[in-house]
Amino acid sequence: MGLFRSIASKVRQGLEKTREVFVASVRSLLLGKRLDEGLILQLERRLIEADVGVKTTARWIDSIRADFKAGRIDSGDHVLAYLKGELKRLWPEQDRELASAPRGPTVILVTGVNGAGKTTSIAKLCSALRKGGKSVVLGACDTFRAGAVRQLEVWSERLGVEVVKGQQGGDPAAVAFDACAAARARHADVLILDTAGRLHTQDSLMRQLTKIRSVVAKQIAGGPHEVLLVLDATLGQNALRQAEEFTRAAGVTGIFLAKLDGTAKGGVVVAIKEATNIPVKFIGVGETPDDIQPFDPEAFVEAMFAE
Amino acid sequence: MFDRLSDAFHGLFRTLSGKGAISEANVRGAMGGVRAALLDADVHLNVVDTFTQRVLDDALGMKVVEGVEPGQQIVKIVHDRLVELLGGTPETGGATPGGPALASDHIPRMTPGPTVVMLCGLQGSGKTTTAGKLAAHLKKRGRSVMLAAADLQRPAAVEQLEIVAQHVRDEAPGSARVEFYAEKDRVAEYGKAVNVAVGVCRRAVDQARKLGVDTVVLDTAGRLHVNDALMAELKQVQGLVQPHLVLLVVDAMTGQDALHSAKAFHAALGIDGVILTKFDSDTRGGAALSVKHVTGAPIRFIGTGERLDAIEEFHAPRIAGRILGMGDVVSLVEKAQEQVSQEEAERLNEKLARGQMTMDDFLGQLKTLRRMGPMKQLLGLLPGVGSMLKDVHIEDRQLDKVEGMINSMTKEERRNPAILNMSRKRRIAAGSATRPDEVGQMVRQFEAVSTLARRMSSMSASEKVRAAREMGRQGDAMLPGLRGMPGYASRGSTHTTSVKDRFKKRKR
Ligand SMILES: Nc1nc2c(ncn2[C@@H]2O[C@H](COP(=O)(O)OP(=O)(O)OP(=O)(O)O)[C@@H](O)[C@H]2O)c(=O)[nH]1
Ligand SMILES: Nc1nc2c(ncn2[C@@H]2O[C@H](COP(=O)(O)OP(=O)(O)OP(=O)(O)O)[C@@H](O)[C@H]2O)c(=O)[nH]1
Ligand SMILES: [Mg+2]
Ligand SMILES: [Mg+2]
Repeated sequence: MGLFRSIASKVRQGLEKTREVFVASVRSLLLGKRLDEGLILQLERRLIEADVGVKTTARWIDSIRADFKAGRIDSGDHVLAYLKGELKRLWPEQDRELASAPRGPTVILVTGVNGAGKTTSIAKLCSALRKGGKSVVLGACDTFRAGAVRQLEVWSERLGVEVVKGQQGGDPAAVAFDACAAARARHADVLILDTAGRLHTQDSLMRQLTKIRSVVAKQIAGGPHEVLLVLDATLGQNALRQAEEFTRAAGVTGIFLAKLDGTAKGGVVVAIKEATNIPVKFIGVGETPDDIQPFDPEAFVEAMFAE
Repeated sequence: MFDRLSDAFHGLFRTLSGKGAISEANVRGAMGGVRAALLDADVHLNVVDTFTQRVLDDALGMKVVEGVEPGQQIVKIVHDRLVELLGGTPETGGATPGGPALASDHIPRMTPGPTVVMLCGLQGSGKTTTAGKLAAHLKKRGRSVMLAAADLQRPAAVEQLEIVAQHVRDEAPGSARVEFYAEKDRVAEYGKAVNVAVGVCRRAVDQARKLGVDTVVLDTAGRLHVNDALMAELKQVQGLVQPHLVLLVVDAMTGQDALHSAKAFHAALGIDGVILTKFDSDTRGGAALSVKHVTGAPIRFIGTGERLDAIEEFHAPRIAGRILGMGDVVSLVEKAQEQVSQEEAERLNEKLARGQMTMDDFLGQLKTLRRMGPMKQLLGLLPGVGSMLKDVHIEDRQLDKVEGMINSMTKEERRNPAILNMSRKRRIAAGSATRPDEVGQMVRQFEAVSTLARRMSSMSASEKVRAAREMGRQGDAMLPGLRGMPGYASRGSTHTTSVKDRFKKRKR
């Protein structure tokens, strides 16, 4: 809990700025507009274009339309308030906090498909935790991809933390084992494990993830305390399958939604929350360690209708 | 990947084909479903609208052909339009007007050289990996290649490409030269290396010219299409080195945003082609349609894995066929042909027919099949299998076991499994970390398969299909490798050792 707060305060400022931009462009579509069938259809298009998905969009639009016909709502402002309410209900604040161990190192296992942004997101988490006064150890469990270990190592050098690594092509579970031991020996507050990108359709690699998880569980009581699935915000509906499969293999506890600084809206996380109940905890908005923000459902809705 | 889209179409046309004739109402009804299916497949909304309107117009103007189900006729229209949208058949689609002609291997060779290929795209789309695949592709065709590291900002991006270049040198088939170019001292933190890539690219091309390298592949840094400074950098590179081929690398799992990013890259650079990566996932792949729609540039390759050889040509008719659940038999056959020589195939067929298949042959086949690619991916190529597939759990561990058991058998035992008594089975089990009863089971299955194979060799094609299906129904009891379907190859689950095999799938 403390972890999340310290991160949140560091990034609140950045968030305010983002929000101003969002509000400005939401205004053009919704605020101060009279609600009519034309606006509802426009809204529907926006939701689809935000990757919310056909099913969830239909549900929301049906309910807006019903309220409109019954005379309960009649302006764009109402609609925005309705959607914000929906999302806040979907993601209560306590769900968005980073879990932490009562004693000993908190272990965060970071997973996701290829190129989603895992390694970079780890640098961001690490930086935020360091700023909050936490000591961090990193574990380089991506022993497969060319240059992956070196990439994490560069970040660890820049951020001034220790990284535990193994042999290229070696067993990632063995690296996880060593990393747990190192984190315990150093009395680190947090251990973050990077893993190789893998598609959720690759059975053997998903099993490998399960194995990493169970190695951690044996080494550190209650670990991994947090299993973050890094999702690329540009992903379409396939992200839903990813969330399901990674949860099955590794027990995902939260989503890190990366690359929200582009034009993609990442609306698929709504469908994911409905289907799997996995909350979004952080968003990534750039390539530097500072480009992390706690997830804010209200800002997220506004961004969905931004140009 | 397109599997679920084809399911959706299947459902639609089943309802449609029940009805006697095509009426405006039932076509419109069906189009609503097509629309939802395409959106679900991540095709961009605008593209979906254009597409469904065209199909609707065609379908309404369609004369009912005597003896052909109206549903079938609409399937054909949807298929034809899909092919058209994806880039047409190789004869009709292809090169952008004024651009380089589309050579059969998709990377035309320029004279005077070097041919310069620039890869660009969003962060993490697969540029660096694809650079390696293209290098392997060229090396195989006897063309020397230089990989140039133009990503100076992402940590270890240069090292990544350097390792990839070494892999291509060591493991990819062919003997052509593979050069690597980098200026490591110019690497800088994010935002501080803007425009440095311009000079690096120019010097790389100069160097390639000096060395007489056939093709240079520039691996640029990932960037957002809305990052003006970095987009300007790419334009500068383009202005200075005048790449012959600017290829946009796009993640096939991308959603609606594919349209925006591709549009922006195209507006800035005028891209000559698209490479869609991560097609080995189960994405429905609608991004392919969106990107093609806004750029008009041909999709030249698809990436189907992390290995150097996991790259394939893009064939619009086949992909459209896949979308519609017609299967992609051509790809499957091509894959098989790449792996098995004609004589080899004939020799095996003869053995099968005579019932002389040995465990060695079987092991060989199993290995060949597993080299062809992941099981699920291959099954997806077969007609009708796509929709069944998602419920089938393919156990690659099982295949590992089978390989392990046969590897632990002596020559004599492989030739004549009948001699396997309990102590032999125990020895094999110990050698392959299995149980003696598993060994026994495997041998019984092998015998059943070889009997069936003998019977099948005298059957007609349709009888074969029926027999194979019959076998499939017996479920897990059968050996997957000979169910008429290929085995599952994956990172970290293979036992093969030749150089070629190592190239095919590096251990993970
Ligand atoms: N614009 C932007 N780029 C990001 C963000 N997060 C990561 N990236 C970039 O995305 C690319 C891939 O990020 P990585 O962290 O290497 O991704 P990964 O999931 O570790 O990749 P693999 O280990 O290869 O599977 C890099 O170029 C990152 O700089 C983000 O929030 N915004
Ligand atoms: N499964 C699969 N993975 C792929 C494919 N192509 C690339 N990858 C993986 O995707 C991840 C990102 O690939 P990179 O080649 O590093 O991507 P990039 O575009 O160079 O990334 P940046 O330089 O950070 O922008 C790596 O884990 C690759 O192994 C593919 O076709 N299939
Ligand atoms: Mg990584
Ligand atoms: Mg790269």
